[in-house]
Parts: sequence; structure tokens; C-alpha cells
Amino acid sequence: MSEVATEKHYQVEHTTRYDYAEPVVHAHHLLHLTPRQHAWQHTMRYQLELLPLVGLLHEAKDAFGNTVHRLEIEGAHECLAVTARSEVVVQSRPVWSAANSLMWERLQDELSYFGRPRTATELEALSFRTESPHGRIKNVFAEFARGCFPRACPVLQGAERLMEKIYTEMTYAPGETQVNTSSFAVLEKRRGVCQDFAHLMIACLRSLGLSARYVSGYLRTQPPEGSPPLVGADASHAWVSVYAPPFGWVDLDPTNNVRVGTDHITLAWGRDFSDVSPLRGVIIGGGSHRVSVAVTVSECPSPVLNAEAASNG
Amino acid sequence: MSADWLKDYRVPTTRYDEVRDVAGRLRPHWQPLFEHLSAAGEAAVRQSVNLAQMLIAENGVTYNVYADPKGTDRNWLLDALPLTLTASEWRQIEQGVQQRAKLLNAVLADLYGPQRMLSAGVLPAKLTFGHPSYLWPCQGVVPLGNTWLPLYAVDLARAPDGRWWVLSDRTQAPSGAGYALENRQIISRLLPDVMRELNVHTVHGFFNSLRELLLSNAEDGSLAVVLTAGVFNETYFEHAYLARQLGLLLVQGHDLTVRHDTVYLKTLSGLRRVHAILRRLDDAYCDPVELRSDSALGIPGLLQAIRAQRVMLVNPLGSGVLDSAAWLGFLPGASKWLFDEQLILPSVATWWCGERPAMEFVAEHFDDLVIKSVFPNQRRMVVFGKDLPRHERRDFLKRMRRRPHTFVAQERFSLSQAPAWQQDTSLHLAARAVSLRVYAVATPDGYQVLPGGLARIAGDTSADVVSNQQGGSSKDVWVLNDTHHTNHVQKSISLERTHTTLKHQSKSIEVPSSLGENLFWMGRYSERCENKARLLRASLAVQSNPELWQSVLTSCQEFGLYEDNQELRHTAFNESRLSSLHADYKSLYWCATQVRGQLSAEHWRTMTILRQQMRNAETGLVELQETLDEMLLSMAAMSGFAFDDMTQDDGWRLFNTGRRLERLQFICDLLSGRLRSGAVPLQSELDWLLDVNSCTITYRTRYVSLPRLILVLELLVRDASSPRTIAYQRESIQHDLRKLSELGGTSVQFSLGKAIASVVDLDFGVLDGSGQGAIYARQLLASRLLDISAAVRKFSDEFSSRYFSHVDTAVQLVAV
Repeated sequence: MSEVATEKHYQVEHTTRYDYAEPVVHAHHLLHLTPRQHAWQHTMRYQLELLPLVGLLHEAKDAFGNTVHRLEIEGAHECLAVTARSEVVVQSRPVWSAANSLMWERLQDELSYFGRPRTATELEALSFRTESPHGRIKNVFAEFARGCFPRACPVLQGAERLMEKIYTEMTYAPGETQVNTSSFAVLEKRRGVCQDFAHLMIACLRSLGLSARYVSGYLRTQPPEGSPPLVGADASHAWVSVYAPPFGWVDLDPTNNVRVGTDHITLAWGRDFSDVSPLRGVIIGGGSHRVSVAVTVSECPSPVLNAEAASNG
Repeated sequence: MSADWLKDYRVPTTRYDEVRDVAGRLRPHWQPLFEHLSAAGEAAVRQSVNLAQMLIAENGVTYNVYADPKGTDRNWLLDALPLTLTASEWRQIEQGVQQRAKLLNAVLADLYGPQRMLSAGVLPAKLTFGHPSYLWPCQGVVPLGNTWLPLYAVDLARAPDGRWWVLSDRTQAPSGAGYALENRQIISRLLPDVMRELNVHTVHGFFNSLRELLLSNAEDGSLAVVLTAGVFNETYFEHAYLARQLGLLLVQGHDLTVRHDTVYLKTLSGLRRVHAILRRLDDAYCDPVELRSDSALGIPGLLQAIRAQRVMLVNPLGSGVLDSAAWLGFLPGASKWLFDEQLILPSVATWWCGERPAMEFVAEHFDDLVIKSVFPNQRRMVVFGKDLPRHERRDFLKRMRRRPHTFVAQERFSLSQAPAWQQDTSLHLAARAVSLRVYAVATPDGYQVLPGGLARIAGDTSADVVSNQQGGSSKDVWVLNDTHHTNHVQKSISLERTHTTLKHQSKSIEVPSSLGENLFWMGRYSERCENKARLLRASLAVQSNPELWQSVLTSCQEFGLYEDNQELRHTAFNESRLSSLHADYKSLYWCATQVRGQLSAEHWRTMTILRQQMRNAETGLVELQETLDEMLLSMAAMSGFAFDDMTQDDGWRLFNTGRRLERLQFICDLLSGRLRSGAVPLQSELDWLLDVNSCTITYRTRYVSLPRLILVLELLVRDASSPRTIAYQRESIQHDLRKLSELGGTSVQFSLGKAIASVVDLDFGVLDGSGQGAIYARQLLASRLLDISAAVRKFSDEFSSRYFSHVDTAVQLVAV
């Protein structure tokens, strides 16, 4: 591959705020808000700011290797505000030739059980090949995707066709679906947002016996000069990673019909949204609650170095 | 006298018979039991068979049936004839079960740890990760006590060759050990002599070990609890029973809270540390923060406490991943790979269709196989290949090929048969298919197996599936000792002794807040029902008095029992009408279900009898006055149980306070309603008032005169020695509150005390007569009585927030 690798620097600020009608007596939260390190992404700086300040915060890695924070808040509080700030360097990925990926039936075979030993990479692929709460294995999804995977089609080619099919046939319709809207409903209504399209694509790939995972992250807000803005900026974004040997995991964004490059910042990955929702929790008390989310992703001209960005936490 | 019970009992050729060999001879280890039965004679045997069912009913042994729309529980069925096993065949089973428990424990540790068996290809990843009980957040967890499978159960059945085979493993939350213990306690009452003669193995050791396991990590008075999904769970009785036998508290998820990685029980006096949980709730529901977020049953933050090794779960979260028939075929390989051991117990030939060659094999041998679903969250399915018509078969196979990993096929298996009592025209023994559930618990010296276990028998002979959900029954299982020392017999009595030591250890047992709250409301509703029933009965008695009848109906209306131009019965017993007697009873019943562990069997039984009486009254098939008499008898019995059977702890004090407050409010509302107008009450009205309050006799003995308003009030308001008066309620409430406030509470009774004093201290002398002054005095009294009633309401609210503040439900936030 001869293309020149490029690199982008971002500052991300992600604020989530819950306002409660009545005081919350006690709360447990789970946070997936730390940008993940991987071959094409490095987190230079990371900071979490919490209001109220009283609480117990654990940092750990979850089963999929993401950084997770577990937060317990004791004592009455009427709102919770979590601000995650980070500086991230994203590198361009190699331009893999879809035609050179493994034939999808071969891959399907290789992932099936024959009682032979598995490499760590294969075992990882196998953990994203079974049903999960939002990634159902059903015939309707296999049927929907069937045309994208003709006989002897390389897996990445098929996956990209599927991405295009979802992009063309589905209407981006914010506010019409919720976090728990099923892929069945999305397929039927043909409308949804990034999360729904990611779940639908995952359900399709797994229903064909392939491995796919859910990636949670962000998109750059300002498009480069001369390019149209991408859909899904100013909020958290989600896309799909498909296992396509020999390249490994290749990230595809069905909401924008693009391969993931330097415009996408990865937060975490899992089987679906339920594994990596940026913020979830269970409260005691509180009555009804309102939630608001604000995300800003700004590109910095050069690597941001220490003092300038030192924040006030 | 002597009877040949096996006269008409047939030995089949296709399956093993537990009592007779192929030649039809009685197997030697059954001989003493049958000798006993034939010597006892028909009448005695019939009596003991009936006694078994009677004891079950008396002890309230039930299980719930999900499919039953009314959600009613059914009596547990126990056959009075035990299943008998020889010492040598038991040794085989015991060793086999120990070996299997050790294996499954190691498999779990590997699946949640290094996953070496997945890497090596010994176990399929698809089966592991595809299982809804493979809980990713549990990966890397090291359970407190370092055991992944502290409690294990396995279903066995005997093949025609006489060997015991494994049908399935239970690793999630093995149920039934409590029923096995209950069965044993009942059978040992029926056949004590034979048991002694046969030297039957006792079962108490297993339960002692289970208790020791649960108490092994106790720290400064911390508690071990039994976690149940609630009263509608299929085996709720068993949860309550086990908790009682083990001397542990029975709790639901909302009774527990996690603070700083530590689990606490919310009690009336604050938080109490919990170090161990015997879990009877499926693992995916246990922590709504990290596991199923739609679960309202779990304990937020539990997983973090588990990771921090601050609490032991029996069994650990995630252990349910091995609950699937699909594993059976892989376990011999796993045993070989891990320990280089052959499995002692064979298992039914099983093909997981996720393996391509297995799928092909299943398609070819479809007729000889039984097809089942792999995962517990799938619709339960059992398809006998040969029973499927040709045209359906093609579709079925197509469905299988689409999602082969969700299907498992097993060889058809003929269960052995054993005799069971059957009572139709005569009492006789009939052949029934039988399977055996065996239990093991982890101890420092390895797995200890419950000698015997729970035998389950099918509704008919030929069944190949035995389940209590499908009309089967159960048996006690006797493992005979071949060494004849009487040590064991003596031990069998010591279960009782164990029990008392347990009670001693848990002397300071706390009352969970939610239990306290339900007891309080149970007190209020039981009194409310009784008041209304008495009001109704006394009112019906004056039906023929036209002068009084209309005004009495007004009182009934005020208490929600009567509506204009409606029949009294129609309103009072309409269960969907708010504040009808029947609706109040339903609330009472609900509270009682929530505190069932606190109620004696008789108490509970009376509660269900009363339910039937309510239904009868609603249908109108019985005479109303008569039903009310019966109901009041049931209610009186329940008050008796409440005073004589319930432990008089803080929970009971809350129950009693609820009763007293309710009664106080009733008397005040009733009197106030009669005095409001200021008119002079009729003679018959005073009689009626005394009747409603069950004070007729007290009045007569005390005053030997026709009722006079002043004297009636003197009695109903001031007489502290009579239990249905305002003064009595005041003293009783004060008494209980003094004890309760030892919990460290402040008094919330000031305003209530003031309101009561303003009535009790009133000069009653001015109440008599028809002058304007007397009219005014009566109206004043009426309004002061209403003040008490209002103070009761306020008191009740304050009281609730004081004692039940921990009772608050968890709410799931919208994930973003």
C-alpha cells in the first residue's frame, strides 16, 4: 500500500446532564467515556469532570478491553453532570482492497466449530458472532443481506454492499427511535439513526454467520473545506466493525456509507450498544428525569501540547 | 391382614423396573419395606398415604404454576412410597456426581478466566458466547471462596441396562433441595420403624454444610440471606422453606443495597452488612447497572461488590452458562483434557447441531432422536422426531439448518419405572416413570452429595420427560446403609437440634424495611376487613327496623359498603370497587403474600379460606349473614394466630401498631358519623353501635341497664380494659412505640396523643338530652373524633417515612 498516512488531532468535549424532579438518594452509574487506544488512535489526554463531586469512582477495563468507570453517588443530589474531555490523535488506516478479503463462505466455515484450536484473534472474532440483546440472529436479517453476499464474494465487498444498501434504503430520521428500538422495527419502518443502522448491520452480518461488533464514538463536527458535513456530528456516533481477514477488523459507517478514517474518533466497542453505552445508571428516588447531551469535536491544527489545554478541573 | 401390594404390578420388558428384576422377583433391598407394608394391612397403609397429603397441605407446601392465569399455587405432591437405592449403587452415583461437580466448576472457572478450553477447541465458543447466561461483565471475576459452583444439581435416570445416566446439569440456581428435605420430614413421620430398620442415610449433613458455606465469610454480625424473585416464582415455597430451615432471612432484590462495594440489607434500624447470598434469582436479573437493564428485581451495583470479593453468591453470577443440554456431549472431552479422567456417570447421547457433522447426523437419524432448544431463553421445545409428520419435518429441518446452534438432539431414553400409590376405586400401586435429582455442595474437603435427593415421577408410565409443571409427583429417596451401626438414626433427630442452634445464632435477626412495611399494612388491612365485616353483620341484623335501617345504610355508605339503590352484597363484595370489603381483603391478601415467611401454615391456610369465603359472598350463592359469620370466625382465628404464632419482634410491633391505628380510626369515624347531626341517638342505634364494636356483653355486665349514650361513650371511649375502645388503642400504641423507639426513633405521636386527650378528657355529662346545649356538645364531640381520625392519617404517614424510608424503588435511567 503506497498511500501516505495522515494524522488528525482532535479535542473532544462530551457533556451529559441528568436533571431530576426530586432528589436522588443514591445512584450507581456505568461510564464508557474514555476514547480507546488502538492501532490508529492514541489518546493524549483524558479528563473526567463530575458534578456533584461526592462519589466513588472506579476505573477498570471491561471484558472487551474498553476503559470503564463505575460511579457511585451517595447523598441527595438533584442533577448529575458528567463532562469528559479528551485529546486524541487519529491516524488514517490502510486502504484495504475489498477484493482481497477472504471469501465470505470460507470465513463462515472457518468460524464454525470443528474442535480445532483457535488463535486469540479468532477467539475475539468468535465473541462477536453470537446473538446479543440488540444484535439478534434472525432469518429476516439474513434475507435482507443475502443479495449483498453473492456466491464467492469477498467478505469486505459484501459488507460494503450491505453498508451501501442500508445507507440507500434507510432514511436518517432523528427522534423517531429510542435506544431500545429493535432492529425488526427499524427494518420495517426503514428509518432510524446511526445506532439503529449499526445494530441492523450487525444483526445482518451475524445472521449470515459473520463477526461484527458495535463501535461507539464521535464524528468531527466541522467538515474539511469543500466537503459536505457528515451526518451524526454534534452527538455521539456509532458504526460497525466487521471481521474481514486477512485485514482483521474493518470499520464501516452505514450512516454515511464510508469506511472509517480520520473523521471518526473511537470511544469503545462491544457486542452492541448495551455493552458500551456512554452513560447508564440506576437511581433511587429522583422521580422523573430529563437528560441532555452535548458533544463538541474540534480539530486542532497541530498536536496540542501541555500548558495551553490544561483544564480547570 | 397381610396384603400383596405388588399383585397387579407389571414388569415391562422395555424399561428397568426399580422393584422387580426381569424374572419378576422382588429386588432384595425392597423386601423389608414391602414386608412392612403387607404386615401393616390395607387400612393402615391407606391412612398413611392420606396422611402424607394431609401433612403437605398442613405445612402449606406449594409450588406455583406459571401457566395458571390465576397464579394460584398448588399443593406439592408427594408419593408415600419412597424410592430405595442400595449402598453400592449410591456410591457410584455419589462419586459420579462429585466428579461432575468438580469438572463443571473447573469449566466455569476457565470460561470466565483464561478460556483455555475455547482456545484449544475442546469447547465451542458459539455455545459459550451464545448462551444468554454467559455474562461478559463477569469475565475475570474471582468469586469469594474461589468456587464457581458451590451448589450443583444433576438430573439422573436409569436406563434399561440398570445404569444411572445424566439427563441434564443444573448450575444456575438448583431448585428442589428444600422439597427433598420436606419430603424426608414427612416420610419419616409415616415410616419411622422401617427407616430405622433399613438404616436409611440422613440428609441433614448436606444442609449443615450448605449453611456452613454460607456463614463461612461472616464478619461482625453480618448476615447471609436467601434472595428470591418473589412470591410468584414457581418454587417460592421452597425459597421460604430453605430460608427458615437454614435460619436465614428471605429477601428480595429491593431489600438489598450496595454501598462502597458492600452489600447491605435495609432494615428498620438501618443498614446491615450481607456477606453471602443464596441466590434463587436468575443471574442476568441480578444487577440492573451492569446486566439486564430492564430488570426491576436486581440489586444495583452487586457485580462491583462481587468483584471486590465483599460478597459470596451461591451460585456466582454467570454460572448459568452450563445450564444447557448441548454441553453434555462436550463434557467427556473436557474431563479428559482437564483431568485426564473418564466420567463415571455416562450421559444421554447428545448432538449439538452447531457442529456441522452433528447436524448432518441428526438429519439422517431424525426418527430416533428428540430435538430440544439449546438456550433457556428460547421457547421451550421438545420434538420427538418420529412423531413429526413428513411435511412438517422438511420445514422443521430447514429451520434447524438456519440456526443450527440453537438446536440439540438427544437419543430417546426410556426412564425406569417405580411403583406409586394410586387411589381410584381401590388403593393400589401403579408403575410410574421416575427420574432423580441429586444435589452437591462444595465443602473444604470437596463436594458433599445429599444422600438421596428428589425423585420425580411422571403422571403416567410411558413419559420420557418428568416435570412438576406437567402434573407429576415426587418421592423421598432412601439410600440404605450397608454398615449396621445405629449412629445415623440418632443423627436423624439432630436436625431439630441444629434448628434450635440456628435460631440461637440469629437471635438478633433484623426486620427488612419492606417486610416491616408490609406487616404494618397487613395489620391495617386485616383490621379494616374485620371492622367492615362487623359493620355489615350488625347492620343486616337491623334490616327489619325501618327507623334505623336507612341511617345504618348511611354508615355503610361512608365505609364504602353501600351505594344508593344497590343491594348491600353487590357493593360490599364487588372486588373491583375501591374500598369494598372484598377489595380491602385483596390488599390484605397481597400484603400477606409478601410476608408469608412470617406466617404459620395455619395462619396462611385461614387466609386462603377467607379468600374462598369472599368469592362465595360475591357470587351470592350463599346466605349473606351466614357467610359473614364464617368470615368473622376466620378473621378471629387469624388474630389468634397473629398473637400466638408470630414472633413478637419489631416486625410484629409494626403489624400491631397498624391494627391499632386502623381500629382507632374506625371507632372515631363511626361514632362521629352518628353524632354529627346532633340528634339524640335512638335506643336501637346504641344497641347497634355496641354490636358493631362487639361490646354488647361488656356493656350489659358493666351497666345492667338499657344503653344510654353517656354510658355507651364511657365504654367505647374511656374504658382502657376493653379491647375495642379508644383508650385501649391509645395504650396499646404507646406500648408498642416505646419498644419500637428503642430502635433510636423520636416520638411522632404528640399530635395524635393531643387529639385523643381532647376527646377522652371531655365532660360527657352534657351529652345527654335534647336541649340546644346537648346538641352542640354532641356536634363538638363528633368534630373532635374526626380530629383524631385526621391525626391517625398524619401519624401513619409520618410513621411510614420514619420506618420505611429505605423502601424506595430503583429507577433505570435512559442510557445515552
